[in-house]
Amino acid sequence: MRKLLLLTIVILVGIVFIARLFYLQVYGGYEYDVFEDSAIKKEYNYPKRGYVYDRNGKLLVANQPSYDVMVIPRDVEPLDSIEIEEFCTLLKITKEDYFKKLDRATRYSPRLPSPFVAQLSKIDYAVLQEKMRKYRGFYIQKRSLRLYQTTIGANVLGDIGEVNRSIIAKQPYYNMGDLIGKQGVEKTYEKTLRGVKGIKFIQKDRFNKDIGPFQDGTLDTLPVPGKDIKITIDSKLQAYGELLMKNKRGGIIAIEPASGEILAMVSGPSYNPNLLVGRNRSKNFTKLYNDSIAKPLFDRGLQAMYPPGSPFKTLNALIALQEGVVTTTDKFSCSLGYRYGNRKMGCHVHRSPADMNLGIYESCNAYFANVYRKIIDKYDSPAEGMDNWSNHIKSFGLGNYLNNDLSVGQPGKVPTAATYDRGYGKNKWYTTFTISNAIGQGEVLATPIQLANMAAAIGNRGFYYTPHIIKEIEGEPIPENFTTPKYTTIDKQHFEPVVQGMFDVYNKGTAKWVQIPGIEICGKTGTAENFAIINGEKTQLTDHSIFMAFAPKDNPKIAIAVFVENGYFGSRFAGRMASLMIERYIKGEISRTDMEDFVLRHTLEHEYAKPYSDEPFGINRQTTLETVSPEEYQNIMQIKANIPKD
Amino acid sequence: MLRENQRRFKFDWITIIIFLLLVAFGYVNILSASHVGEITNYFDMGQPYGKQTVFIGLTFILIILILSFEAKFYERFASIIYIVAILSLLGLFIFGKDVNGARSWYGIGSMTIQPSEFAKFATALAVAKYISDLQTNMETLKDQIRVAAIIFTPALLILLQNDAGSTIVYLAFFFVFYREGLQQVYLIVALALIILAVLSLKYGLIVTSVIASIILLVRYFLRKKKRASLIQYILVLIISIGFAYGVKLFYEHGLKPHQQNRISLWLRLEKDPAKLERMKKAEAYNLIQSEQAISSGGTYGKGFLQGTRTTGKFVPEQHTDYIFSTVGEEWGFLGSSFVVILFVALIVRILYLAESQKSQFSRVYGYGVASILFVHFTINTGMVMGLIPTVGIPLPFFSYGGSGLWGFTILLFIFIKLDSNKINEW
Repeated sequence: MRKLLLLTIVILVGIVFIARLFYLQVYGGYEYDVFEDSAIKKEYNYPKRGYVYDRNGKLLVANQPSYDVMVIPRDVEPLDSIEIEEFCTLLKITKEDYFKKLDRATRYSPRLPSPFVAQLSKIDYAVLQEKMRKYRGFYIQKRSLRLYQTTIGANVLGDIGEVNRSIIAKQPYYNMGDLIGKQGVEKTYEKTLRGVKGIKFIQKDRFNKDIGPFQDGTLDTLPVPGKDIKITIDSKLQAYGELLMKNKRGGIIAIEPASGEILAMVSGPSYNPNLLVGRNRSKNFTKLYNDSIAKPLFDRGLQAMYPPGSPFKTLNALIALQEGVVTTTDKFSCSLGYRYGNRKMGCHVHRSPADMNLGIYESCNAYFANVYRKIIDKYDSPAEGMDNWSNHIKSFGLGNYLNNDLSVGQPGKVPTAATYDRGYGKNKWYTTFTISNAIGQGEVLATPIQLANMAAAIGNRGFYYTPHIIKEIEGEPIPENFTTPKYTTIDKQHFEPVVQGMFDVYNKGTAKWVQIPGIEICGKTGTAENFAIINGEKTQLTDHSIFMAFAPKDNPKIAIAVFVENGYFGSRFAGRMASLMIERYIKGEISRTDMEDFVLRHTLEHEYAKPYSDEPFGINRQTTLETVSPEEYQNIMQIKANIPKD
Repeated sequence: MLRENQRRFKFDWITIIIFLLLVAFGYVNILSASHVGEITNYFDMGQPYGKQTVFIGLTFILIILILSFEAKFYERFASIIYIVAILSLLGLFIFGKDVNGARSWYGIGSMTIQPSEFAKFATALAVAKYISDLQTNMETLKDQIRVAAIIFTPALLILLQNDAGSTIVYLAFFFVFYREGLQQVYLIVALALIILAVLSLKYGLIVTSVIASIILLVRYFLRKKKRASLIQYILVLIISIGFAYGVKLFYEHGLKPHQQNRISLWLRLEKDPAKLERMKKAEAYNLIQSEQAISSGGTYGKGFLQGTRTTGKFVPEQHTDYIFSTVGEEWGFLGSSFVVILFVALIVRILYLAESQKSQFSRVYGYGVASILFVHFTINTGMVMGLIPTVGIPLPFFSYGGSGLWGFTILLFIFIKLDSNKINEW
C-alpha cells in the first residue's frame, strides 16, 4: 500500500492530463484555419467593383470610396467613459449605440471582424483616421460603394448591400461587412463585377503589433479587379418607359427580336437607385420593402403573372395552322359570342362570320373558341390534344422560367392534361372545360417578359433568343445560351397570316387609334380580368390593360409587351404606351405628341385607391380618367426634358 | 577489466533514453518559443536558444562527472552537500540579485545561477541519509520533526526570497516520508485539511462547519473501538473549524493580491462579471493565452516553427514556465500527450528502480527524485493546461534555463549512479 500511493497518483495524474489535453485539443480544438487565428491579422484589399454601361456605352454605375469602422470584439480594450464619449462623438453615435453595436458584434463572433459603423462620410473619416490607433480592436476598412450616374433603372441595376450571416454560411468568400449584389444585375453578375479581394496575412505579437508577413507572405494574394459590363438596356428608352409609367403601375418589357437583348425593362412604381446607397440604405430599403400596396420592389415586368388575354389568341392561330385543323380562309360565325352546351363565351359587335384575319384583328372570341376546339379535338382524347397544344405553347417560352440572367422571374403557367386530370379526375373532362384557354384566360398565366418574348418569336417568324440583359463582359464571351436561337414548334410559313392579322390590328382593328405614322407595327390588345379580396369578399377590379407588339412588320427591331394594372381596355393605356415606346426607339423622337400627352397627363392612382377606400366603387365602364395635378405635370415635363435626345 | 566494463554499462538505459528524449524535445520547443526571425546560429549567445545549446552541452560534461564519482561518495558527503546548499541559499540574502522581485540568483558576469535548483537534490540526499540511518524511525515524533526541519530549512529560505513556487516543491518529500513509515493519520489529516481549505474558500465557513460536523458525527456513531470519546471528536471539530477560519483569514489578509486572484480564478470564487473580467485581464492573461495556444494546436499541431501564437509571442514566459504550451500548439494532442507519457514513464521507472534498491539510502533518494519530478511536472503542466492555479515553477528538462536543467540532471543522474551500483550492495 505504501509503495503504491505515489505510483497510483502519478498514473492518475497522467490520465487526467491526457484527458484534459484531449478536451482542449481534440474535442474543443479545431483543425487549424488561419482565418480563425487571432495571431494573424487579415488585411483585405477590396478591388474596384466593375462599372455598368448601357448598350450605347453610357456609364450608368460607377464607384465611390467608403470607409467602414470595423471591430474585432476580442481585441477591444475597455475604454473609460471619457474615451467612449470621445469615440462616440467622432463616430456620431450615442453611447447606448456603442454598447449595443459592440454587443451585437460580440454575439456574431468575438474573433471575427464585424462592421461597427458603416460608411462614414469623407470628413468623418479624415478626422477619425488620426485618432484610430487609440482604440484597440477597431480599424478602418476601405470599400467601394456604388455611385449611380442616373436616376433610372433601379429594378434593372439593382443594388449592393452588406452580406448577412446566411450568405456567409453558404459562401465563405464573404466576410461580415462585405458588400454583395442584392438585386438586378448587381446580383446576377456579382462574381463578374466584384472581382476577387486580395488578402495579406500578417503575424502579430501579443501587443497587437505587426511583426512581419505570415509564412513569408506565401499565402498572400493580390486583388483581382472586377470586370466592367455593358448591359443591353437602352438607357434613353428605359428613361422614357419609366416616364410613361409615372402614376401608373405595371411593366414594360422591350426586346430586340434579332438578339433577345432587353432594351427596356420598366416596372412601375419605380424609385431612384441612389436611395439604396450609403448610410440611409437600410432605412430607405425598409420603407420600400414595407410598402405592401404599391410594392415598388416587386418587378412587375418580370414577376407579375397574369392571364395574357387576347394576345394569346395569336398562338392558337399559329398552332391551328401548324396542326392543319383550319386554313386562313375557314370562317366561323359569331353571334355576340360562342355557345357551348348551355353556356356562352361573350364577344363584341363585329362582322360575322370571321376568317383568321378578321378573327385576329377584331379579337373574336367565337372564332378562337372554334379554332381551339379543333386543335384539341384533332386527337382521340382531349388529354392527348391538350398535351400537344401545351407543348406548342411552351415552345414560345411560356409556362417555365426563361433561365436568363435576371435576378428575379416567374414561370407563368401553361396547363397540360395533368392539370385537368387533377382538377376533374382522369378522363373526366372535355375540351369545353378548358375553352378559356382559347382566349388566354383560364389556366394560362404569363409574365410581361414572356409576352414580349412571344412577340419577338412571332416577329422572328418562329424562333427567339432567351431575353437577357448582358451585352458585353470585359474580355469574356456572353453565355452561349443567349446566342443560340430557340425554335418554336411552328413552321415559318404559318406566321405570315398571323403577322398580317396583327398588322391589321393597327390598320383597322382594336389598335387603330394608336397608329404611328411611318412605322408598320404589328400588335395585339388584351385585357385581363382581375380580382382582389376586399373585406373577405372576392371583388372584381377594373381590367388590366395589356398590349403586345413588334415593329417593323418585317425584320422587327423591337418587340414589346406593356402591362398596366387596372388600365381598362388594351389600347387605352398599354397600347398607347407600346406605340410610343416603339416610336421612341425606332425614330428617336415622338410624333404622336397627343398620345404622349394623354399618357403623361393621366394617372391611375385613384383606381388603385379604390379597393382601400371602404366604399363601393365602379369598375371598367364606370371608371373615369383622372389627370395629374398641375405640379405633378410640371414635374413630369421636367423629367421628360431631362431625357437626352438622340 | 571485464568486470569494470560490465559495471560501466549497468546504467539504466531506459531512464537515460527518456531523459535524452525530454531534453531534445525540450530544446526543439525552446527554439520555437524563443527565436525571433530566422535561426542562423544555434550558438548565438544573444538568444535563449543559443544559451540553451551551451547549457545542454555542459550538461553532458556534468553527467560524466557525476557518473565518474564513486556511488558511496554521495551517501558519505550528503550532509556536507546539504550544508553547502543551505549556505548558498543564505548567501543570497547578501550577494543575491533581484530578478522579477525574487532574490533567487547569483550573478556571475552575464550568467546567473539559481541555488534553489541545486538545493533540491541536496535536500533529497540529506533526507535519504537521515532516514536510512539505522537509528531513525519515521514513526517517532522526534524523527518526524527532524526530517521536517531538513526540508523546511531550505523551503523557508526560498520562501523568504520570494519564490513561493519553488517552496511548494519541498512538500514533495511528504511522499518519501509516507513510503518510509510515516503514519497513515498524516495522510488522512493532510487530505482533510485540503478539503477543508477548499470548502471554506468556496462555500464559506457555515457550510464547511456543517459538513465537518456531519462527517464527524457519522464517524462517531459508526466507530468500532470505543477508544475515542465524544470530547475528542468535538475537539477535532473545533480544530477543523478553526483551521477553516484560519484559511479564510489567511486567504483574505495573508496572501498578496495576485495570489488571491489566482486562487479565486481557480476556484471560480468571483461572481461579479465586471470584477471577474478585470481579474482575468490582470491575472489570467498568461493562462488564457496558453490555453488558447494549446487548443489551437488541434490533434496534429501546426508543425515545428509554425505555431502562430508561439511566433507572435502571445504567451509570456513561453520558453520557461509555459514551454508546454509550445508543445501543445506546434505538436498538437499527439505531441503533448507524448510528453505527458514520457514524464509518467520516467517517474514510474524511477519508482520501480527505487523499490528494487537494496540500500535504503538509494531507495529513499530514488523516491525523493520521483517525488520532486512528479510535483514539478504536475504543477507546471497542470497550470499551463489551466487545471491548477498559477505557480511559477519550471518543467524539468524542458524549460529554458541552465540552473534548472543542471539541477534536475544532477538530481536524476546521482540516482542513476546509485542504481548502477546496486549489484555491489550487500
